[in-house]
Amino acid sequence: MKPANRYHPLQIALHGLMAVLMVATFAFGKYVHSLPLSPAKFQLISYHKWAGIAVLALVLVRILLRLAKGAPALPASMSAAARLVAHAGHLLLYVLMIAIPLSGWLMSSAYGIPVVMFGLWQLPDLIAANPELAPQLGQLHDALNTLLLLAVLGHVAAALKHHFIDKDGLLSRMSLRG
Amino acid sequence: MKKALLLPLAALLAAPAFAQQVDLTKSQLAFTLKQMGVPMSGSFKKFAANVDFNPAQPETGKADISIDTGSIALPTGEASAEARKKEWFNAAQFPQARFVSTSIKALGNNRYQVAGKLTLKGVSRDVSAPFTATAQGKTLTVDGTLPISRLAFKIGEGSWSDTGTVADNVDLKFRLVLVNP
Ligand code: HEM
Repeated sequence: MKPANRYHPLQIALHGLMAVLMVATFAFGKYVHSLPLSPAKFQLISYHKWAGIAVLALVLVRILLRLAKGAPALPASMSAAARLVAHAGHLLLYVLMIAIPLSGWLMSSAYGIPVVMFGLWQLPDLIAANPELAPQLGQLHDALNTLLLLAVLGHVAAALKHHFIDKDGLLSRMSLRG
Repeated sequence: MKKALLLPLAALLAAPAFAQQVDLTKSQLAFTLKQMGVPMSGSFKKFAANVDFNPAQPETGKADISIDTGSIALPTGEASAEARKKEWFNAAQFPQARFVSTSIKALGNNRYQVAGKLTLKGVSRDVSAPFTATAQGKTLTVDGTLPISRLAFKIGEGSWSDTGTVADNVDLKFRLVLVNP
């Protein structure tokens, strides 16, 4: 059977949903971080955590789908080096999609503030409260996010290069249309 | 560090002593509250307690506890700083909170009920809390929970009075380790 030339529709839907969710969660995180303590900040941090945990849950589904459905072959015109960069970049994005929410959850646990999904379901604390470790995990969360920003910029730049310079139709692999 | 240890000790020595010494290193005044449905806890690091309590004669017991409101500790430094501000404890103007008991009753089964006056941020109210007392050697450990309405004491004013973010009910948990002479 000829390998599919596009991702599974569920993979495409998850890619789009997570892209929107992560841009929003990132922007929320930066905004909340800049706010002085206020009732609004408490609310926004809660929303940020809920969105972040949703990303963590979705990426697990996404990885299972990736393992089950695979990915369409890269264009034959790509050099070995370009393929390596593409694979490394995608792997980095997967690692960050897990590591970022996990570092946020670890930070919350270390501060002794449990995560209560939608204000209803209390998630277990990953580690015991640790006031020294908590701000360090915050720095880790921030540093991983800086890395995410760079990785996503690279990801978008690569996609645009394929579309406008290589003109190899790569974008349609991740689109439900066309 | 040394100062932190000496201060409660000094407070203890200065206060008129009741029958028992209170081991402040093992005693604690903590509280839990809910913020957007999220349980959060904190504590007061500095307080002085004068207690006289004999489980065999609870009615003659009494307690007088002074709390240094500026010693409040919450999960983040930012929250601790906020709690000292005007809208919350206003620690600059009301540095001390105080509880003075008016009666202690036995409820049976090693359970007791203490009633008294709590003065917090200039507001005095009658409050009452159940507690247990556990003897071990020369020490007697008193453990109880006092549920209070933070708004009744004007704790969290202005935009903070919204109970949808920080709930009105706060459970004040006290553990006092008394050392019998
Ligand atoms: C896709 C997932 C997530 C992304 C993209 C993300 C992104 C961010 C960003 C960009 C910041 C600001 C960092 C700074 O400028 O210092 C931030 C802060 C924060 N994040 Fe996340 N985050 C995610 C998930 C989570 C999760 C799951 C939690 C907790 C359960 C969490 C808890 C926090 C906390 C507590 C802060 C600090 C807010 C403050 O400084 O007051 N994050 N996040």
